[in-house]
Amino acid sequence: MFKKILIANRGEIALRVIRTCREMGIKTVAVYSTADKDSLHVRFADEAVCIGKPASTDSYLNIPHIMAAAEITNADAIHPGYGFLAENAKFSQICADHGIKFIGPTPYMINNMGDKITAKETMIKAGVPVVPGSGGLLESIEQAKDLAKNVVGYPVIIKATAGGGGKGMRIVWEESEMERSYNSAKAEAAASFKNDGLYMEKYVEEPRHIEIQVAGDQYGTVCHLSERDCSIQRRHQKLVEESPSPFMTPELRKAMGEAAIKAAQAINYESVGTIEFLVDKHRNFYFMEMNTRIQVEHCVTEEVINFDLIKEQIKIAAGEKISGANYEPNMCAIECRINAEDPYNDFRPSPGKITYLNTPGGHGVRVDSHVYAGYVIPPYYDSMIGKLITVARTRDEAIDTMYRALSEYVIEGIKTTIPFHLQLMQNEDFRSGNFTTKFLESFKMS
Amino acid sequence: MDLKQIHELIKIVNKSNIGEISIEDKDGKVTIKQKEEQVVTVAAAPQVYNVAPQQHTAAPAPALPAAPASKSEATAAPAPSNTITIKSPMIGTFYRKASPDKPPFVEVGTMIEPGKVLCVIEAMKLFNEIESEVKGKIVKVLVDDNSPVEYDQPLFLVEPS
Repeated sequence: MFKKILIANRGEIALRVIRTCREMGIKTVAVYSTADKDSLHVRFADEAVCIGKPASTDSYLNIPHIMAAAEITNADAIHPGYGFLAENAKFSQICADHGIKFIGPTPYMINNMGDKITAKETMIKAGVPVVPGSGGLLESIEQAKDLAKNVVGYPVIIKATAGGGGKGMRIVWEESEMERSYNSAKAEAAASFKNDGLYMEKYVEEPRHIEIQVAGDQYGTVCHLSERDCSIQRRHQKLVEESPSPFMTPELRKAMGEAAIKAAQAINYESVGTIEFLVDKHRNFYFMEMNTRIQVEHCVTEEVINFDLIKEQIKIAAGEKISGANYEPNMCAIECRINAEDPYNDFRPSPGKITYLNTPGGHGVRVDSHVYAGYVIPPYYDSMIGKLITVARTRDEAIDTMYRALSEYVIEGIKTTIPFHLQLMQNEDFRSGNFTTKFLESFKMS
Repeated sequence: MDLKQIHELIKIVNKSNIGEISIEDKDGKVTIKQKEEQVVTVAAAPQVYNVAPQQHTAAPAPALPAAPASKSEATAAPAPSNTITIKSPMIGTFYRKASPDKPPFVEVGTMIEPGKVLCVIEAMKLFNEIESEVKGKIVKVLVDDNSPVEYDQPLFLVEPS
């Protein structure tokens, strides 16, 4: 087992990894930019190394600085968290070259699933259902129009091949919109990912976003840990996640679970990961993409199957075998992402100092957060300041517990999305499980 | 208040993160300040307590001890106002000499100017010469030879000329 793990990340996920390492008796090294000097993950780690200026490219994305920090602290493994370098094949390779275990997949696995077009091709070969689409990069607006009209069928969605986080995506409802959508998607992709390659897919209307958690060891065994429903999204960013999905049936879970395992086996996947599917109203499901990392919403699965996914991830990286058994939820859990954003002003970011903080507690409540009273949220990174997770025997009770816990969650000095979540928990359609990824488009704050 | 009580108070303040404490009773007033200026004064005044906490600790401290060398929180005394602090631009191992058998690049008293090599910082088998960007005299060397340094860590104090 590793003696010392360096966490190449910040905020709540860095804290999350440090906590599990503590329980496993593994020493921890935190890295931080000058803006994160007072961050909780820095204080909780056994050692901490400042790795650069606030901008991510100078610090959390700076591979030489992170490797130097691993070198001077003698870390034998690096946990990349999510975002930043978590799905950077070059970083995975550099760790391997330096004899430091990257707690995640190999460069081959990352590359295979990181490029969305290659991933789709791999899935088609593996017999996993995919959304019908262009099959390759789009070459021109004319070609796009031809494909949309004769092969895929409107409505279509144009996506960036190197994309993520909802950037570089445009839905096109009819031919007259194609030129404008094509050009703006291309420009946004170039700006966000330095890669303006686009591909096209059929736009699955009123889809639900249901993903399957998987885990694979170094010996070829893969298993699934059931689903999370992440349909509550704003501009393709998840706000609420839950397990089990209110739309799930035992047959659908079996079919999606098997497809997810096939997907992971197709690349001999090692570590934990997630296969994202779109599910239409007839319960047809289509592979969308695979995330070759631990995800923000992993806590939801942890609560319903009662496993520490970070611990499993570290054990797999250390060469342990998994049993191969699949896991189904035996509880109901919901997660609300608490962001420093103003829901009354179009979710405008609200960095600043937290003057007062009271975190909720009680039966069935979990808070994964790195903030504290007096903490100044830096403006350089994402706006998520915590995750509130509730778990209960039924979905209704989990929602009631969430509403109660949200009412206790007092954060002053900045604006947060707590008011939004409170209203959502009382929304009839949400409570009845009647929602798709389009739900938030028609949701208004009162 | 007798001497023994004052002695106990000093011990308590020393171990805590209180910056300054004043206690007054019918016999007088005792003020104890943290750090170098451990002044104890006694004067007549009515019974009043006030405590001034040190500025930065609003954050919770973890229950387990966590203060190894490489955490370098700024516990060093602040530099006198007429000196410049040269900070590390990178992470690695700090060396004062080009190789073990050579003399150090600079010592206290060495005059430096922009471009003068001050030290070498090694990371991943690459040795990087760190050059001065200022002109002046080395007043203090803050890091030991062959020790790890992090980004922005103070390395030298320089009196500019």
